[in-house]
Amino acid sequence: MSKDLPTNESITPEQVAEHGLSDEEYKKLLDLMGRAPNITELGIFSVMWSEHCSYKTSRIHLKKLPTTGPQVICGPGENAGVVNIGDNQAAIFKMESHNHPSYIEPYQGAATGVGGILRDVFTMGARPVANLNALRFGEPDNPKTRHLVSGVVAGIGGYGNCVGVPTVGGEATFDASYNGNILVNAMNVGVADTDKIFYSAAAGPGNPVVYVGSKTGRDGIHGATMASAEFDDQSEEKRPTVQVGDPFTEKLLIEACLELMRSDAIIAIQDMGAAGLTSSSVEMASKGGVGIELDLDHVPCREEGMTPYEMMLSESQERMLMVLKPGREAEAEAIFRKWDLDFAVIGKVTTTGRLVLTHKGETVADIPLPALADEGPVYDRPHEPTPPQAEVDPASLDHPEDIGATLLKLIGSPNLSSRRWIWEQYDHMVMADTVQRPGGDAAVVRVHGTKKGLAMTSDCTPRYVAADPAEGGRQAVAEAWRNLTAVGATPLAITDCMNFGNPERPRIMGQFVGAIEGMAEACRVLAFPVVSGNVSLYNETNGKGILPTPQIGGLGLLPDASRQATLDFKAEGESILVLGFNRGHMGQTRYLADILGRAEGTPPPVDLATEKRIGDFVRELISSGAVTTVHDVSDGGLLVAVTEMAMAGGMGARLAVDPGELPLAAWLFGEDQGRYVIAVKDPEAILKAAESKGIPAHLIGTTGGASLSLDGRFDIPLADITAAHERWLPDFMAAET
Amino acid sequence: MKSAVIVFPGSNCDRDVAVALERITGKKPAMVWHGGHELPKVDLIVLPGGFSYGDYLRSGAMASHSPVMREVIERAKAGTPTLGICNGFQVLTESHLLPGVLMRNAGLKFLCKDVWLRVENTQSLFTNRYAKGDIIRIPIAHGEGNYFADPDTLKRLEDNDQVAFRYVSAEGEVTDAANPNGSQHNIAGIFNDSRTVLGMMPHPERLAEPALGGTDGRKLFESLLETVA
Repeated sequence: MSKDLPTNESITPEQVAEHGLSDEEYKKLLDLMGRAPNITELGIFSVMWSEHCSYKTSRIHLKKLPTTGPQVICGPGENAGVVNIGDNQAAIFKMESHNHPSYIEPYQGAATGVGGILRDVFTMGARPVANLNALRFGEPDNPKTRHLVSGVVAGIGGYGNCVGVPTVGGEATFDASYNGNILVNAMNVGVADTDKIFYSAAAGPGNPVVYVGSKTGRDGIHGATMASAEFDDQSEEKRPTVQVGDPFTEKLLIEACLELMRSDAIIAIQDMGAAGLTSSSVEMASKGGVGIELDLDHVPCREEGMTPYEMMLSESQERMLMVLKPGREAEAEAIFRKWDLDFAVIGKVTTTGRLVLTHKGETVADIPLPALADEGPVYDRPHEPTPPQAEVDPASLDHPEDIGATLLKLIGSPNLSSRRWIWEQYDHMVMADTVQRPGGDAAVVRVHGTKKGLAMTSDCTPRYVAADPAEGGRQAVAEAWRNLTAVGATPLAITDCMNFGNPERPRIMGQFVGAIEGMAEACRVLAFPVVSGNVSLYNETNGKGILPTPQIGGLGLLPDASRQATLDFKAEGESILVLGFNRGHMGQTRYLADILGRAEGTPPPVDLATEKRIGDFVRELISSGAVTTVHDVSDGGLLVAVTEMAMAGGMGARLAVDPGELPLAAWLFGEDQGRYVIAVKDPEAILKAAESKGIPAHLIGTTGGASLSLDGRFDIPLADITAAHERWLPDFMAAET
Repeated sequence: MKSAVIVFPGSNCDRDVAVALERITGKKPAMVWHGGHELPKVDLIVLPGGFSYGDYLRSGAMASHSPVMREVIERAKAGTPTLGICNGFQVLTESHLLPGVLMRNAGLKFLCKDVWLRVENTQSLFTNRYAKGDIIRIPIAHGEGNYFADPDTLKRLEDNDQVAFRYVSAEGEVTDAANPNGSQHNIAGIFNDSRTVLGMMPHPERLAEPALGGTDGRKLFESLLETVA
């Protein structure tokens, strides 16, 4: 097999460089192949060895994350993670980045991000039931920001709305570090029966390899390679590498796949995502420890005259690869034809351990599979810790006198104002099981036909991670856990989307290593393992990286979705309590940055044992029915949290607080972790129970009225607060560029 | 009551409306695939929300020419009660079972939110459980719900009391601010002239159960229970 295959050309050093392979990597390729590759083979190596597909930089560090637990059915390594939700049902979920394409072509980039994550979930046998996302844009003043927000939001909505899966939650923030590299992370959650979960390992020599879905076109070639490099001034010329989505076909593909999955005809199935036919066939064969042979003449093509190179590297959307049991082709084909989808037997499973491609009767590629997978490059890149930041002493700050004006400014600021303009463009109710809509701490979607609820959230505070990667990593996991807890759910597991800059710079690599360390610790202490994830590096333009953004997608379970808490004030005259430690932490707060203009300091520390103790206490209050109004304290601090509760309920509150030694503003706007605000009729029992568990609980006011007031400091009509909160984003989007 | 929900390949509210029908009437509707020409004998035909054939062309335009629609059009014309919700409304206008068209929302964006509707006419098999002038809260979720018809058609609709629901403020006022999509006369739903066909953009099936946050849509299905034997 070491004989050269027919080629029209020999590979030049320029071609090697264009394919993103370093000189060392090309030498390794030659070693593994035992001969020079042809252009098709070079293309295949280039995508399989790309950072995006190979995880060559992150692999050794990702291993440090805890991935097991009694609830885990399948951890990282498959298309998505699988957790047990009881009654022989499983939730299957994952989050994935689509950052680079979304910057270049926001509508299609974001739309196909949703499409890809949906496929990862239904590939495993689940019906997708909810979409979430996390969006990071550049500063509002950046001339491109408005265009990107508009396109990304429309693209996410355009795809999810048509497919008919509700988009129920997410985050969207603005920061200058994302000016040249926005982040679009899409998450999907699906539900399957535990005895109907499908995996990707090919098996059974001779079994047919089947292609279903859309035809293959010339779009998206080199998408994975693009996503594995920094941007420069010419990056926008890469528009042709962005794929085009067709949500209608995706909808057909979901229904057709789920219909076939009701039979036992499928041995293995894998979606064609990044690097399309290449990565799907290589991964299926590698996982099964078999070989695979494809006859490219049978690949359904959109255009004539496509070369093997183009077919293997196309990232055309809405396609799947399956291995079927022999003799079941006709039954499967009938289902896909019914849904007007292409169906073609394009190859077979072999025993050779090689990927062999034929085209027009000739062998056009013949590669040992281990070379593309486990034997590929793995790096332990040098990493350097982030220098420690100085503590910010709350007493040293020059706090503004007017607390009311400060609140209005914060609540109407780019990062704390309402995201309604975004989520109203997403159908968040289709499937008629959304029992907690966007705007709360976590969305809750009922498991269809049961009373169970799945709670879901997506969280990260990038400025904390930048200031102290380990602390920020801990905080991201803890915040997801806290948001699930705040609606009454038992947190089950997370998916992560690790968005960082160029890992070849030791400082960036240090952020990655540090964040993983913090995340791993939080996952362990909170029994909240990682079951799936994705890494997106090189989010950097002309040498400027993004804030490190390890986005966490959390999933929790409510045994009875009618026993959920929401954040809105519900009745007049209830006592408002804050649970947890108020230490007036000022470093890296929204208040410090947006009011005092100082983006500095250490992020608020997360004490995981305390976090767990307080969270478990709150969850018990909710599940016992003692409390139905809960909100966690996060960005903006205590006063912002209380204000959000008032706005959600359309009901004001009278507040009176005793900050003790702390400046009042620090008490109100500090971002200490592990805190919840609750509203209850009778606070005595809760105060007593909290005391017995060593959990600080303070009475800070009473609900009611049409205004929000703080004893002696301000009294503002709720309508004015709500107007300030709702106004910023629509006004920003409506403004002339 | 026997009902049929027509399932186009891109329908995505077919299950939702079937669940509401079954929960409220106690009977499971037949789910009828778009490719079939055979429609069982039923007392109610429902065209559900979604994106029938992807709707890359005008929403509902392709669906109106599908095999099953030939049969639906015939039955509806013969008097079989027919309800079109959201995309179903678009299919009904494209099929000329209802007058007018649904254009792109005036704000040019897809919009999903609860809106207030005023029940304008309760003399129909779809609305008899409501009281005239009831203000109800029902969600919309569409990008093309901007109802347009020529002045003569609008006059005829108004004169014949064919407007079923109108977008209003929480206080029941017909205002521009309460109109989410730019529809003429704030029209959210209309009947045909015999009031046996109803098309509406809002989704009553999405607020027909307390767990979903409201039950204002429930009376529409209860109305059908009483009228259709």
